[in-house]
Amino acid sequence: MEFQDAQQFVVRSINEITNRFQKVPGSAMLIRYIQSSYQDDPVRSAIELILVIFFIRYLLAPSYATHKGNFVKLTEEEIDDLVDEWTPEPLVAPQSAFEEAENEKLPVIVGPTGSRVKLSNGRTVTNLASYNFYNFVGNEQVKEKAIQTLRTYGVGPCGPPQFYGTQDVHMKTEADIASCLGTEGCIVYAQAFSTISSVIPAFCKRGDIIVADRAVNYAIRKGLEICRSTIRYYEHNDMEDLERVLQKVIKEQSKKPLTRRFIVTEGLFEAVGDCVDLPKLVELKLRYKFRLMLDETWSFGVMGRTGRGLTEAQNVDASQVDMLVGSLAGPLCAGGGFCAGSTDVVEHQRISAASYTFSAALPAMLATTASETLNMLQTNPDILVQCRENIKAMRAQLDPRSDWVHCTSSPENPVMLLALKPDIVNSRRLSIGEQEKVMQECVDEALINGVLITRLKSMPVANGANGKDEGWKLQPALKVCITTGLSKKEIEKAGVTIRHAITKVLTRKASSKLALPAAS
Amino acid sequence: MPQRLPRNPFASSPSTVVSLPSSEKPTSRRLSNSRGNKLTSFFSSTPKTKEQQSAQAALLSAVTAQQQYLLNNPSPHISAPSLSLPMISLSTAKAGEANTDEPPTTLFQPPSVAEAKRQARVDAQFGPLGAQSHRYVSKHMGGEWPEPVIDEPPYYYLLTTYISYLILIIFGHVRDFFGKRFKPDRYRHLTAANGYAALNSDFDNFYVRRLKLRIDDCFARPITGVPGRYITLMDRKTEDFNRNYQYTGTYTETLNMSSYNYLGFAQSEGPCADAVEETIKKYGISSTSPRADSGTTDLALEVEDRIAKFVGKPSAMVFSMGFATNATSFPALVGKGSLIISDELNHASIRIGARLSGAMISSFKHNDMDDLEQTLREVISQGQPRTHRPWKKILVVVEGLYSMEGTMCNLPGLLKLKKRYKFNLFVDEAHSIGALGPKGRGVCDYFGIDPSEIDILMGTLTKSFGANGGYVAAEKHIIDKLRVTNAATIYGESPTPPVLMQILSALKIISGESVPGQGDERLQRIAFNSRYLRLGLKRLGFIVYGHDDSPIVPVLLYNPAKMPAFSHEMLRRKISVVIVGYPATPLISSRARFCVSAAHNKDDMDRLLAACDEIGNVLQLKFSTGIAGGADNPPDGVTPEMEKEWQKANGLQGVVTPPRWSLREVIANGVADVKQTLR
Repeated sequence: MEFQDAQQFVVRSINEITNRFQKVPGSAMLIRYIQSSYQDDPVRSAIELILVIFFIRYLLAPSYATHKGNFVKLTEEEIDDLVDEWTPEPLVAPQSAFEEAENEKLPVIVGPTGSRVKLSNGRTVTNLASYNFYNFVGNEQVKEKAIQTLRTYGVGPCGPPQFYGTQDVHMKTEADIASCLGTEGCIVYAQAFSTISSVIPAFCKRGDIIVADRAVNYAIRKGLEICRSTIRYYEHNDMEDLERVLQKVIKEQSKKPLTRRFIVTEGLFEAVGDCVDLPKLVELKLRYKFRLMLDETWSFGVMGRTGRGLTEAQNVDASQVDMLVGSLAGPLCAGGGFCAGSTDVVEHQRISAASYTFSAALPAMLATTASETLNMLQTNPDILVQCRENIKAMRAQLDPRSDWVHCTSSPENPVMLLALKPDIVNSRRLSIGEQEKVMQECVDEALINGVLITRLKSMPVANGANGKDEGWKLQPALKVCITTGLSKKEIEKAGVTIRHAITKVLTRKASSKLALPAAS
Repeated sequence: MPQRLPRNPFASSPSTVVSLPSSEKPTSRRLSNSRGNKLTSFFSSTPKTKEQQSAQAALLSAVTAQQQYLLNNPSPHISAPSLSLPMISLSTAKAGEANTDEPPTTLFQPPSVAEAKRQARVDAQFGPLGAQSHRYVSKHMGGEWPEPVIDEPPYYYLLTTYISYLILIIFGHVRDFFGKRFKPDRYRHLTAANGYAALNSDFDNFYVRRLKLRIDDCFARPITGVPGRYITLMDRKTEDFNRNYQYTGTYTETLNMSSYNYLGFAQSEGPCADAVEETIKKYGISSTSPRADSGTTDLALEVEDRIAKFVGKPSAMVFSMGFATNATSFPALVGKGSLIISDELNHASIRIGARLSGAMISSFKHNDMDDLEQTLREVISQGQPRTHRPWKKILVVVEGLYSMEGTMCNLPGLLKLKKRYKFNLFVDEAHSIGALGPKGRGVCDYFGIDPSEIDILMGTLTKSFGANGGYVAAEKHIIDKLRVTNAATIYGESPTPPVLMQILSALKIISGESVPGQGDERLQRIAFNSRYLRLGLKRLGFIVYGHDDSPIVPVLLYNPAKMPAFSHEMLRRKISVVIVGYPATPLISSRARFCVSAAHNKDDMDRLLAACDEIGNVLQLKFSTGIAGGADNPPDGVTPEMEKEWQKANGLQGVVTPPRWSLREVIANGVADVKQTLR
């Protein structure tokens, strides 16, 4: 009986299926086709069947390999054991003694920042560690403007620029910068530090070629890292080497399809302080058909007669620079960064630059402050002259007079980087780490004598890196930031203090360190 | 036209929940009216027709009911006194406050023009609370954390969505074909010229130029003034299909459903702004140095200390940008040999930070704890790829509240897995901090979980606090290490004093230290508004994503053409909304996103519901099936506990009727029903 039931069921369902199938339009044709082709050529039908099966299998298979090669199949118990066994490392490694000291010694300013600051230990010291070159921070006109903005716009814009975060003040600041530089357009980012890291990947894609200076700053490095383009470095500020690299790239690429090519460099180098030869750079870029990304974070608001940056200082049309990136947070005492360029370049960033699209817009008061201070520089270039006088005064105290350090910064750079002279480094066989320690001691010594300076901090080493990174090593240096908030006399006095501090530390070091070569 | 099903199956019962008379039939008349509007709006290129709001008609009845309600429940009106500046209230007369010196015959003393203007300005930034009952405490009620039910529209809408994109793409290619030949200058940045390769890839740019440009006027609308309860748009028009805009010089004040102003701290007046003004006077505008050089001020340390206390961690650090907080924190935490397991819908900043760290990255399905467990079992047992060495550490990264979905992370589930699999947990509270929890302290507060169980709590200060920047909070040794290894501390600019003060004063208000009562009011208003709006939309028949208490309310639109239509229709009713489509969402699920704020009040929510009701009819957006909520209330005498049995008795078990409440019913029942478990 049961067997009969099953048989009936099968027959019924087969009938059902055939009925349904015959109702599908074109099914008769398909059956005719299969029947006739089977009669004509059974082998062909077999092959077709295999093809159909293969096709279905192909459709059902995941589109990519879920396990690459050496996947080990384990039982649930084994997995449980492995899970029990696994002990992760602590989330962060313990601090090194140097890091601990650094955290402890970090100066904490009580009250407003400026050329003279009160520290948390109660002492008032001369501040040569802030990028407060023109002392805009204490400027009443700037404050007045900021308060006005606060009373109209509140503090934060509470949204990304693409979603009702763009305020009229942002557009005004963008227009101000663009007209000041003479570019078609400009886009304002919410933070200077992350501007270039976003501009680079917005344009450079996989397969593109970037030629970069070896000494570029951390933010550019991160931008290069994330953009997946091919990166070539040239020796720091060596235009001949750059030309050699460009020629090499052209030669290698001559057979391949045309890709975007970029030169990425800085105006004033954050890590060295020197200045790029822009006319030569533009000449090379035009000759070899590269686009130029210039990071003017440290030169915009500093170089040139009215602080328009390197393009003004070296008489280059800013439109020759394809992407000109700058900061509003440093010399302009506001916040945020910008990228100026042609309309195409700017508009492309509004949807493709991650830190613009996915971040809240700049607070309105920082935008108006940037416009205000930019305007002050344009209308009153004497501020820059005064700052340069102070730089000269400080330089006179340090660079030629000190036996131990030399200034690697360009003469007009208010951020003076003082590195140990090479012969001293060589004769004492100081490693990078040791030089850093020496520099930190100099900073401490200067602070004891009432001058707050800082040192060039080394770039954070990637977590878990094996230390074999043979990239460019930044030369440890002292960082002295000049301000117009101090008179020439005061600057000179601070310069003497710094020089003596360096001498004291290095002569103290001499007793222990100089003995080494003699002993060996 | 969507058929109107008899909403209440128990309508015959003499004592329905809704006691309002249902004789009036405003819907049909309103519909025909707005259909005409729809036609004109589709054919006019400028959405900014200065017409009266047709929503008003529908609102009128609602407002009457509301006023009646207010009369019955006199509110002490706590918001206005707590909002106004103390010094102003000392010197000038208060609006609407009875003056005791006046003879008792004067019933109403109209405020002076200046005073009325000032009050209007304050109200435009932070609306007055309608009634004390319009508050709710945001808190997880215990029990299993429910996964939000994802409702799906009829297949017709899915199909037409795909067809729409197909048409858009075909049209795009046809226009490109001719455009490249006849208007080559428009393709300048896409073509190689002069030995330079094209600036942008033609393929990548296709979406922007052929799909986004068409609806570009719905994005990046420039604003002026404070993005508070209302937001002032700068009117603009275009004569070349959104390539260029001309500003007409006029402004439109719209209801702001778009800013991440969760607690309503976007204000240019009030205690926060006063404190910020003092700070600008004292500190200046900038700290002009990275934190590691000389940018560390007493103010910054105080803010860090407060944030740490607020989120319940021993230590915290602040950054000048939320995006950079993520982008620089991951490289400082993990690296080669470590694994980051990230929710598939995590924010771009997390993805960039993860990529920069050099760690391996794996992802799991959004909020799917089973998938996460599966992934964890696999990666721990397999170890690192190729070498099979054990991972150094595994960092699971989730967001507290997802900005496109409105969903919260399943924190209890994550912690259960954390105990078993020993991974480190990183919670990005960009949207949840301030917006969730009875004390506004984020997801931990919401679920009643001790924050020490989570390794890293990260968040932004842009959203709930009306400031800018981000923070990371963790154990002290972790923060100390991060201070010396985090690139944003070493090279990035430090947060500016006015921004820090805004954070500080906002934190003080939330914790009740200054202006007692206002912090709680803000927290409870956003919770109420979120639930009220979500419930209302579900009852109207919209498909809404996300958890009940989340202030992010996405309404699904599906068809690409409905995005601009929805945005324009909303703008005509003077409401600003954000629309999001591909690539921020999956291709088919385009949506409009409402961000609820404590600055809104129930009237604003009603206004929005009325607008949604009309637009939903015109654009055919009411297609929920009812599985995700919005069901009818059980008839009188049937409690939620008895409901199952009652359904069984009436043969209604498993019957899901699509909710299509009328606006009047939604508004009439909303306030009471929000306090119950949403159904």
